[in-house]
Amino acid sequence: MPKRTDIKKILIIGAGPIVIGQACEFDYSGTQACKALKEEGYEVVLLNSNPATIMTDPNFADRTYVEPVNPETLARIIEKERPDAVLPTLGGQTALNTAVAVAKKGVLDQFGVELIGAKLPAIEKAEDRTLFKQAMEKIGIEVPRSGLAHNYQEAMEIIEHVGFPAIIRPSFTLGGTGGGIAYNREEYEEMVMAGIDASPTDEVLVEESVIGWKEYELEVMRDLADNVVIICSIENLDPMGVHTGDSITVAPAQTLTDKEYQLLRDASIRIIREIGVETGGSNIQFGINPANGRMVVIEMNPRVSRSSALASKATGFPIAKIAAKLAVGYTLDEIPNDITRETFASFEPTIDYVVTKVPRFTFEKFPEANATLTTQMKSVGEVMAIGRTFKESLQKAMRSLEIGSAGFESRLFAGPEDERRGLSDDEWTLLRGKLQVPNWERLWYLGDALRAGMSIEEIHALCYIDPWFLNNIRQIIDMERDLRDKAPLVSRGGDAFRELLLQAKQYGFSDKRLAVLWGITEADVRQFRIKLAIHPVYKRVDTCAAEFEAYTPYLYSTYEQECEAAPSERRKIMILGGGPNRIGQGIEFDYCCVHGVFALGQDGFETIMVNCNPETVSTDYDTSDRLYFEPLTLEDVLEIVAVEKPEGVIVQFGGQTPLKLAVALEQAGVPIIGTSPDAIDRAEDRERFQALLHKLDLKQPENGTARSTEEAEKVAERIGYPVVVRPSYVLGGRAMEIVYTIEQLRRYMTRAVQASPEHPILIDKFLDEAIEVDVDALCDGNEVVIGGIMEHIEEAGIHSGDSACALPPYSLDEPLIEEIKRQTVALALELKVVGLMNIQFAIKDDVVYLLEVNPRASRTVPFVSKATGRPLAQIAARLMAGKTLQDLGVFGYEVPAHVSVKEAVFPFVKFPGVDTLLGPEMKSTGEVMGIDMDFAHAFAKAQLGANVRLPLKGTVFISVKDRDKKHILEPARKIAAAGFKIVATSGTASFLKEKGVAVDVINKVKDGRPHIVDAIKSHQIDLVFNTTFGPESVADSFSIRRTTLMYNVAYFTTVAGMRAAVDGIVAMQRESLDVKPLQEYYPAL
Amino acid sequence: MKAILALADGRVFHGRAFGASGEVTGEVVFNTSMTGYQEILTDPSYRGEIVAMTYPQIGNYGINLEDVESSRPFLAGFIVKEACEFPSNWRSRMSLDAYLKENGVVGIQGIDTRALVRHIRDKGAQTGIISSVDLDPARLVEKARQAPSIVGRDLVREVTCDQPYHWSEGPWRLGEGYLSAEQAPRYKVVAYDFGIKRNILRKLVASGCDVTVVPADTPAEKVLAMNPDGVFLSNGPGDPEPIVYAQENIRKILGKKPVFGICLGHQLLSLALGGKTYKLKFGHRGGNQPVQRGDDGRVEITAQNHGFAVDAASLQDDAIQTHTNLNDNTVEGLEHKLLPAFSVQYHPEASPGPHDAAYLFEKFTRMMDRAKAEEGKN
Repeated sequence: MPKRTDIKKILIIGAGPIVIGQACEFDYSGTQACKALKEEGYEVVLLNSNPATIMTDPNFADRTYVEPVNPETLARIIEKERPDAVLPTLGGQTALNTAVAVAKKGVLDQFGVELIGAKLPAIEKAEDRTLFKQAMEKIGIEVPRSGLAHNYQEAMEIIEHVGFPAIIRPSFTLGGTGGGIAYNREEYEEMVMAGIDASPTDEVLVEESVIGWKEYELEVMRDLADNVVIICSIENLDPMGVHTGDSITVAPAQTLTDKEYQLLRDASIRIIREIGVETGGSNIQFGINPANGRMVVIEMNPRVSRSSALASKATGFPIAKIAAKLAVGYTLDEIPNDITRETFASFEPTIDYVVTKVPRFTFEKFPEANATLTTQMKSVGEVMAIGRTFKESLQKAMRSLEIGSAGFESRLFAGPEDERRGLSDDEWTLLRGKLQVPNWERLWYLGDALRAGMSIEEIHALCYIDPWFLNNIRQIIDMERDLRDKAPLVSRGGDAFRELLLQAKQYGFSDKRLAVLWGITEADVRQFRIKLAIHPVYKRVDTCAAEFEAYTPYLYSTYEQECEAAPSERRKIMILGGGPNRIGQGIEFDYCCVHGVFALGQDGFETIMVNCNPETVSTDYDTSDRLYFEPLTLEDVLEIVAVEKPEGVIVQFGGQTPLKLAVALEQAGVPIIGTSPDAIDRAEDRERFQALLHKLDLKQPENGTARSTEEAEKVAERIGYPVVVRPSYVLGGRAMEIVYTIEQLRRYMTRAVQASPEHPILIDKFLDEAIEVDVDALCDGNEVVIGGIMEHIEEAGIHSGDSACALPPYSLDEPLIEEIKRQTVALALELKVVGLMNIQFAIKDDVVYLLEVNPRASRTVPFVSKATGRPLAQIAARLMAGKTLQDLGVFGYEVPAHVSVKEAVFPFVKFPGVDTLLGPEMKSTGEVMGIDMDFAHAFAKAQLGANVRLPLKGTVFISVKDRDKKHILEPARKIAAAGFKIVATSGTASFLKEKGVAVDVINKVKDGRPHIVDAIKSHQIDLVFNTTFGPESVADSFSIRRTTLMYNVAYFTTVAGMRAAVDGIVAMQRESLDVKPLQEYYPAL
Repeated sequence: MKAILALADGRVFHGRAFGASGEVTGEVVFNTSMTGYQEILTDPSYRGEIVAMTYPQIGNYGINLEDVESSRPFLAGFIVKEACEFPSNWRSRMSLDAYLKENGVVGIQGIDTRALVRHIRDKGAQTGIISSVDLDPARLVEKARQAPSIVGRDLVREVTCDQPYHWSEGPWRLGEGYLSAEQAPRYKVVAYDFGIKRNILRKLVASGCDVTVVPADTPAEKVLAMNPDGVFLSNGPGDPEPIVYAQENIRKILGKKPVFGICLGHQLLSLALGGKTYKLKFGHRGGNQPVQRGDDGRVEITAQNHGFAVDAASLQDDAIQTHTNLNDNTVEGLEHKLLPAFSVQYHPEASPGPHDAAYLFEKFTRMMDRAKAEEGKN
């Protein structure tokens, strides 16, 4: 069937901000969909609030709405744009839920809009637990025993026939929010009620536990002619019980016979047909009892999912792109396979390698969080690695994680000698616990279990991981022992050593790990490899196991005979990507990498991308000319450079990941282009940085460096409390704290110094109540252009990544702006920046202080680019490749007439027991942008985008620390005038009353009931303003913040945030929010 | 222990021996199925071939008692990147290595199988040799050159049964194994065994057939004398052209009884009708081959295993091309314009592979229904 001509305009819904459970994979899928539909000549309208996405680049859609992704906004856009169809299956659960809400309200019918991809009944059948179960029963496919509970009574009845352990899954939540496993009645009661609370439909599924069963996923595609193909099978290393997003997973399925695999395939086909997903991709999860093969279906996502992105990268089959084309009527046999060119999309990829995905966690950011892995997703990112064996791909994935691991380091043993000792009773308890209770370090403890002599059977009995995986890990540990035993060969060299080294490399051992095992340096190992001519070869990912020739250079390394890299003779530039998403380094950096690729590609360079994050646009095979899906370590990058010999390598787009490699790469003779690694060092090294400031006569907050607690006390004494303390060389404010007293400082030093023994602690004067400003600038070494100046809404002290900010600044005077510009220019020129630079300033009492200079792409580059319409990263890439600002016609800094506000989005809801207070340590996972003609409206949109529902009427609760009282008077008066009722705790209340503001007193939690938490729970509070000072008050108000979070009440924990919120509310009361596409904000583009 | 794979064109791969030690020659081909090695090992169609698996880790789920397509392995040799020594599956009974040893199949592992596959893809399938007893590459290449080619050889005689037998095993069900027919058979089918896969027989049983398997050279008269409702032409190894006796028998059966052919059976039917066959560069072997149906345009994902194909143009007058391979447009299915006879190049019985084309067995029974009705009328 050819494409449909009865539809012309299609609205695609994006996934909104990056949150746990919904990361850049939906930018990848959305971008593919936009491209595919534009290619087909459709007019594409896009809704997505996330400015860091490639899909929201104004040239990817005809009309790009960077507006909150919620039903109200979607309805408005539909009313305004009158699209013929809405495609809701490429923006994750958010897009699907938003589309469903709008459809149910009748908006689609009202405007004659068709849902394409999946129709409403199909979505409901897949998502609604009861309907899904009925559908499965109808086609004779087993599901785990279960029941739906809407209240306590029902929950108690269901557990009678389900039994313990029971799995609790709230309906319609993403990443399984609010779910868990209950092993006893007490846990059950608690979880069921929390789950009902978390579900938008007040519903939870209580399910028979299939914990420990083998877990599989199939990626299925269907077209309008009812052709169905399976793109990929995935087997989870972590058995049932751990969310698949948190599981180590492997493609293809490893331990099923063909007969068993075909049962899954047949079931998947019947399921997609019965559910009625018309076109596109779906993900179906199965559990299999390892004892007898009994198969149950767990769930189906009637849309493109995180696993689809993984499957696309794992096979080379672009699921999202094909899904978009199927949605407009094409059939699979009409769509060519880009990789082979001569075959079509109607086939099932077969692969001749093993893909391993390992999730990346950031529990160090949330020490209070329960780090046990359950059915609720907790990871923030993932890496994928490709190898010719599972052993190779697993070890490649481990070193891709960038958590300081180069392989199976021991958690229990100090070294090879130490392994011979017996473990103490405590260590055995710890080890058994680590194997039994799923946790992110389990992989490494598996290594120790084997080192300690546990048998595969014993280990399996504790962790239920399939013996196949365990035996493969055993082979790695056996090889490790062998490598150590044969260490004497290292100095002797010769054929025996070559054989040993080659075998180790084929098992995936990194040079770094080998160096540890042999007690030599990584550089030594590399020298040995060079001498013995042991280098990786590069094989192609081609969807067909080499049956057809691959035209797409999508490559991975392995240690075999034949290399298929076939590098060209073109002028080429390599861009190093950002690796796995984590807090502090996410999609923003991938955005920059992709833009670099676009610009250099346009300029005629061959672009080479190196990255290991399967969620991203950068790892799409048609983003760059050549894609190396490889770990971003020195070893792996050097090998690629040796094969490709690029004329330039860009390290400043991928965040800290490639930057960390810059010096070593340069020393190895790699041509780093852009700002020199030395300049980067000058900005990052404290002493060199101070010399730089001294030279330019710029101010920074008083500071000092300490290597011991005594030194720290002295420094703090000298510069005066409060001080900001942090370890040197950190990302995302890791372990950064504001310290007000000597006791706090001592406490910090004992913890932090332990955390990073090699690096000193940096101590800065904390500029209380200062305004923080972020600047992104471009420089070609001789000239500087300001990209954007952003004023933070939260005061200095809140990590810049967690702070909302506005562009242009909303409260700064012209002379201050001029001073900021002057300092920016001076710094850029002094550092001879070529490319991007980001500077953070703090302004206190009209004095500008320099906080930090980063001569590289920053987190705010995509936001600034979206806000101003100037593609900073593209310009930067061209500067690095040798162009000047003048060549590119980039001049001056035009302040936009509109206002853009960026707001951060936090994962607190996934981490029960974690405080939501902001501080110098970054905690947000993503961001949204609000854009409008004034600050208040833009701020309100940003809040809505971040799913903070600013109320238009009701009751506001205010409780602030003493120092803030004078500051809240004005916002309190304003919100009272806006018709809100104010309740406050005694201290705040008496202050406001004194100033003539009408206020009711409400109990603090410690004052006795009914107190503020009761009021929030009984929905009497619509807005919470709460600031705290000191550990005691923080502890007292903790339950307030958690409750507001769980009940989705808007809350603000800084005075600046409160002011902005009040302005936003007043503005919304005056004039409701309108929608406008980016293209109308800067029509010139 | 070391082993070498040498190809007739001089390319040599050094690896490690597994399975039986020794030396074998055969046509080196590759199979892209990621699962189903046990079925592949026991598929008689691989007679005379050395099979390389493109998926690198083979043997993960071991060898079980159920997933067999014949009484024993028939292929000449087996090539994998890594053979698993510690199978894991609730049905597994032994390791791949042990099984190959037990059955005398020579294997090689640890070679760059992808390089081998690319070589075969570009240079074409060719004779090769695996040896763990002679490690002199030059001598092995020479032996490969001297070994007989698969073209023009009757390999069917090496795999067909000696005596007719009755088949009653039905479809497989998880936990229950192979079931016997659920109802009394409604059709009497004689199946020519050119190297038949058991799953074809199981599928026929499941479709309500009472199946008698006969040796490949059973005269048509003898088959017709059994008065079957339909005659099935099985898959089998190698080149269809030298199997002249089968072509002659088929010619005698055509028009008298409904005929259904699979793979070699399809090629033999085509030759019997006066068509031509030719050798493909490297054949189709795997479980992901897309085949489009001519009638409704639907695509089925199919299991395939063949090195020869039917020339479409040679049969224009007598047959309709019902199925086409979407990758290379080769003929995948034919139906006689007038007579009750049809055939497919691929394997609707799967095993290993997808079940998309299972409907063809129903097509055969419907054809037999019609023929019976005609007979009743006459």
